[in-house]
Amino acid sequence: MEKFTVHTGLVAPLDRANVDTDAIIPKQFLKSIKRSGFGPNLFDAWRYRDAGVPGMDNAKRPLNPDFVLNQARFRGATILLARTNFGCGSSREHAPWALLDFGFRAVIAPSFGEIFFNNAFKNGLLPIVLAEGEVDALFHDVAAFPGFRLSIDLDRQTVAAADGAKIMRFEIDPFRKYCLLTGLDEIGLTLRHADEIRAFEARRRAEQPWLFG
Amino acid sequence: MVKTLYDKLWESHVVHSEEDGTALLYVDRHLVHEVTSPQAFEALKLAGRKVWRTDSVVATADHNTPTTDWQLGIDGIVDPTSKLQVKTLDDNIRSFGAKAYFPFLDPRQGIVHVIGPENGATLPGMTVVCGDSHTSTHGAFACLAFGIGTSEVEHVLATQCLLSRKSRSMLVQVDGALSRGVTAKDIVLALIGRIGTAGGTGYAIEYAGSAIRALSMEGRMTVCNMTIEAGARCGMVAVDDTTIEYLRGRPFAPQGELWDRAVAQWRALESDPGAKFDRVVTLDAREIKPQVTWGTSPEMVVAIDERVPDPDREKDATRREGMARALEYMGLAPNTLMGAIRIDKVFIGSCTNSRIEDLRAAAAVVKGRRVASSVKLALVVPGSGQVKRQAEREGLDRVFREAGFEWREPGCSMCLAMNADRLEPGERCASTSNRNFEGRQGTGGRTHLVSPEMAAAAAVAGHFVDVRRQWR
Ligand code: SF4
Repeated sequence: MEKFTVHTGLVAPLDRANVDTDAIIPKQFLKSIKRSGFGPNLFDAWRYRDAGVPGMDNAKRPLNPDFVLNQARFRGATILLARTNFGCGSSREHAPWALLDFGFRAVIAPSFGEIFFNNAFKNGLLPIVLAEGEVDALFHDVAAFPGFRLSIDLDRQTVAAADGAKIMRFEIDPFRKYCLLTGLDEIGLTLRHADEIRAFEARRRAEQPWLFG
Repeated sequence: MVKTLYDKLWESHVVHSEEDGTALLYVDRHLVHEVTSPQAFEALKLAGRKVWRTDSVVATADHNTPTTDWQLGIDGIVDPTSKLQVKTLDDNIRSFGAKAYFPFLDPRQGIVHVIGPENGATLPGMTVVCGDSHTSTHGAFACLAFGIGTSEVEHVLATQCLLSRKSRSMLVQVDGALSRGVTAKDIVLALIGRIGTAGGTGYAIEYAGSAIRALSMEGRMTVCNMTIEAGARCGMVAVDDTTIEYLRGRPFAPQGELWDRAVAQWRALESDPGAKFDRVVTLDAREIKPQVTWGTSPEMVVAIDERVPDPDREKDATRREGMARALEYMGLAPNTLMGAIRIDKVFIGSCTNSRIEDLRAAAAVVKGRRVASSVKLALVVPGSGQVKRQAEREGLDRVFREAGFEWREPGCSMCLAMNADRLEPGERCASTSNRNFEGRQGTGGRTHLVSPEMAAAAAVAGHFVDVRRQWR
């Protein structure tokens, strides 16, 4: 997993509540057995004018000029600003894979779908929960100031306007923070407890043998 | 100390705790399907790791599999990428192993959340995980069951554990008797309408009350299934006689002396009297009417005798815009009577409503009637091979066929339209599935979520009708 420490980048606003995982990456693209290459189909139904199917040359497809990520001023954005319940819906990890593949490193929203929230961490995409009012203000700033950038400092747990005028704090579980800061392999970490797992398993097998075999 | 069911399930699975409360939870049952597992197996291979406990794995192919032309075998999967996923699962299970595998074309193949319970592979007190958000279904058996992403699938395969943090607890208390024609689906849709799709975020939900007790296991599974649509990762129901009777004699359930021992332990799987929940929501079952969604989120739902809401009456700007956008996508005008909405297709299936009881209920409405001529396609897709054969033994397939429904092979089918079953742009569907998101059932398709009875009645009428009034 890629580490996350400090990141500064252009912010793109996606002003809709309840953006679901089907919208982030439509199911026809889940047939891939790889983890990469989903970026061109991120928000496919909103981004393009035609119906997307796997294997198309996405560079040749007609873009929807109204969709925010197609607007020149947001080209190269690495921070997505979103509304409540972002990433609700399915467990598909293809959603964070697509966001990362597109170039995003962080998503800021008042709340997230829980499985998406988890999946994001596992891939080095930082989901940041800010208060509704703070998110509102950020939507305002993004609209008002072309080229609006934010700086995210994971260690200090802050989101700051690039000019330093505004600093907001966010919460994160210490364990998740540690994994993200160090880019550690969680499986490796867990396997350090292999003896505890085996002991637990042995007890369980004795008490509830029907769960085994 | 008094404990909730969730406390009990949680505490009995903690292997190790970090200082901040992150816990290593032991996983008893790992369900695997073709869409969310290939990258996990691949990563495992690359890292040279083994599956920790293959006898915890139960696998099937369901999302991509066709519902017609099974006699063609694997070549019946026309889409080469779908075929590759199904074959990749075959390869992975062959090389890594599993307790049970129901591949494409197997007589017991079916939707992963249908085959687990019907084979007794889901047992009370288990932790059940799957790379699929509707794993919440299995909570109906007093399991701690939730959906995980592919990295977590890999983590569970490699370590038999999951890193997790305890949620807050919510009690959803549903008392009173449901009216005839009102179902488990309507309970859960009404709940989502009440608390919203983010209302359960951060919570584990326990369903209780006389209306829940009165539900069959199929009904409880329907309710727990859609818990994820209320924002909560897991929903659960305490063990009672209904749970135990359902499990008796199932292939993977314990037998003989072990069965008695198991039952004795399962009986304790309920919240202690006086247990405290962080939030309590109460619903009066007598007041719940058949529900129909009108928008592109399951919370956009009203009763059949109501109208499509008017965004102009919504004060919150984000919500108002969301409603207007949903109505535009759905091709609906504000204030339209729900009963006036005409449909093009009907889908009876999915892990929410494709079990035998669902098919019986739909067939009872359809029996002796015909699908309206304006309806282009009415599909029944049983949840599994076993459900299909049971329905055929009862003659339900004939009832559906004679009415003009197509009777298909089991799978996820038009719930998410990864196979050939889908809506065309602009088509409107009465669907017993769980998500009405934009494009879910096909690009540009318009989904209205309803119960099996309501879907069946809509098929016959050509538009939504109140199943309590008609044909009962
Ligand atoms: S039936 Fe639908 S919701 Fe259920 S597992 Fe299949 S695709 Fe997912």
